Amino acid sequence: MKRKLRPTTRKSFVTYAIVTAAFIFVEILVSSGSASNMFKGLLVPFCVYSIAAVSLNLTVGILGELSLGQAGFMCIGAYSSAIFSCAVKDTITSPWVRFPIAMLLGGLVAAVFGILIGIPVLRLRGDYLAIVTLAFGEIIKNVLAALFIGSDSKGLHFSLTSQGDLGLEPDGKMIINGALGISGTPKDSTFEIGFVVLMLTLIVLYNFINSRTGRAVMSIRDNRIAAESIGLNITKYKLITFGLTAFLGGVAGSLFSHNLAVLQASKFDYNLSILILVFVVLGGIGSIRGSVIAAVVLTYLPEVLRSINNYRMLIYSIVLIVMMIFTSNATIRGFFAANLAKLKGIVSKDKTAVKEGN
Amino acid sequence: MAMLEIKDLCVNYGMIKALKGISFEVNEGEVIALIGANGAGKTTTLHTLTGILPAKSGSVRFNGVELTKTPAHKIVKMGIAHVPEGRRIFQQLTVLDNLKLGAFTRNDKDGIAEDMEMVYKRFPRLAERKSQIAGTLSGGEQQMLAMGRALMSRPKIIVMDEPSMGLSPILVSEIFDIITSIRKDGTTVLLVEQNAKKALSISDRAYVLETGKITLSGKASDLINDEQVKKAYLGE
Ligand SMILES: Nc1ncnc2c1ncn2[C@@H]1O[C@H](COP(=O)(O)OP(=O)(O)OP(=O)(O)O)[C@@H](O)[C@H]1O
Ligand SMILES: [Mg+2]
Repeated sequence: MKRKLRPTTRKSFVTYAIVTAAFIFVEILVSSGSASNMFKGLLVPFCVYSIAAVSLNLTVGILGELSLGQAGFMCIGAYSSAIFSCAVKDTITSPWVRFPIAMLLGGLVAAVFGILIGIPVLRLRGDYLAIVTLAFGEIIKNVLAALFIGSDSKGLHFSLTSQGDLGLEPDGKMIINGALGISGTPKDSTFEIGFVVLMLTLIVLYNFINSRTGRAVMSIRDNRIAAESIGLNITKYKLITFGLTAFLGGVAGSLFSHNLAVLQASKFDYNLSILILVFVVLGGIGSIRGSVIAAVVLTYLPEVLRSINNYRMLIYSIVLIVMMIFTSNATIRGFFAANLAKLKGIVSKDKTAVKEGN
Repeated sequence: MAMLEIKDLCVNYGMIKALKGISFEVNEGEVIALIGANGAGKTTTLHTLTGILPAKSGSVRFNGVELTKTPAHKIVKMGIAHVPEGRRIFQQLTVLDNLKLGAFTRNDKDGIAEDMEMVYKRFPRLAERKSQIAGTLSGGEQQMLAMGRALMSRPKIIVMDEPSMGLSPILVSEIFDIITSIRKDGTTVLLVEQNAKKALSISDRAYVLETGKITLSGKASDLINDEQVKKAYLGE
């Protein structure tokens, strides 16, 4: 007898296949010269936003906690990896060595921040995480926007006031120039690397969700008291999940910063956190594949509809509200659930019919 | 020495005193019933035993080990399983996943597989519904799942919070039969119930809890004939 794939395994393989197919399709478009410059410019952001969204979905959909600070973790990852790359670009010249280390570093620094926030907050019951992550994102952005770092023969210099305050020697160079950010980060990000990192992220996430740990995390989401009653260390599993979300957010940020000529903290504001949450909600809370699709579609659409770009956030807000109404209204939800069940019934009936026919 | 020994246990919710110094004990192999009206503090008692709630004062000893300072996730490992009130199952996970999670604190693969068979034998309806999403089970099936999940930790004692709540009379009898059979297989049972008559009929001893205090205790066969108990809890 042939071994049947578990439904969860099948789900993940379909996602891998879709992402790979999209990648190959885009590669063909680009190499045949039929992709516009605007489209080519979006390729790395597609990967960045997809990674940021799927990793946020881990906390929102699998753990069931609301986080409004994904941009903060991306910002930390972006900065720490960019600082690293700027510092070593003359010593480590190969991007194949430099960039993976930079991304890993960006992820790790973000994860440390995630765990530091998580330790006090995740022990509480209630929506405290949303409030704290919201504040965290804004604080990170503002602190980094006020930070000056330069290096010269005497080493590193820090200041929170101005460039002149650093007192650099004539041979010194700026690494972070306050609100002007970091320029001169090597452009190590490519669509190919973004694709590989996205695939790795998906593999990590699907394996996490389908593991014993993943089941434990979902049980906390479903029923906290019951999860405690089976002997689960709630805080530990919440921290692991939130830490992983922060880590992957940091990796996304690293991918982002190595794609920009100038990296500015102001990009990682509250709107970005909400944007990524919108990807998660529209793609379906808890659906990894949905997050990727929503991230790509909703990154692409506003660029195509440039003429209405001013209304972009307005449209997002409206769509979000409409989605909320749809998902929270029992009648509408029931209607969709019933029809979906019917549809599924038809599909599986067809399948059994085929089987019996064989 | 009693298996489970509760002494002068006090528990507060902020200013509200939910348990005002209760003492009782459970010996190995017994079925003990804890009965009482709504709000008497039965759930509070169980939550404190299992480490979900902190005690204000007093002690809970399990085979001589103090539990009031032990975190919930370690208590399960020591051999106490909890079937929480109100069928708290993992709604969005399958029956199988729920049962696997019941064995979360264990690493013995063979033992877990064995116990899974045991649970399916005890609850054939669960065996038929292994891959069904738990939230779509009927109320009775959900209760069985919650009990099966607790058994998956291979406990020395199982504490159950109103397992008969909201079930039809036939199912109630079925659940009580299962409790009797769990006991026969060597697991001690601490049973919290509103259905005092049924609870007393299957237990060895019982305690009556009234607004945070134990007011009566004794052999179940005596309590079932007690005038006070009859009036207050048996509706006679
Ligand atoms: N989280 C809480 N915060 C404040 N008070 C609480 C809380 N939980 C329970 N109480 C109070 O503690 C007292 C005991 O409640 P408990 O749930 O233990 O009663 P019970 O005996 O299990 O009742 P029932 O049979 O209705 O389940 C009640 O007065 C209740 O209102
Ligand atoms: Mg109760």
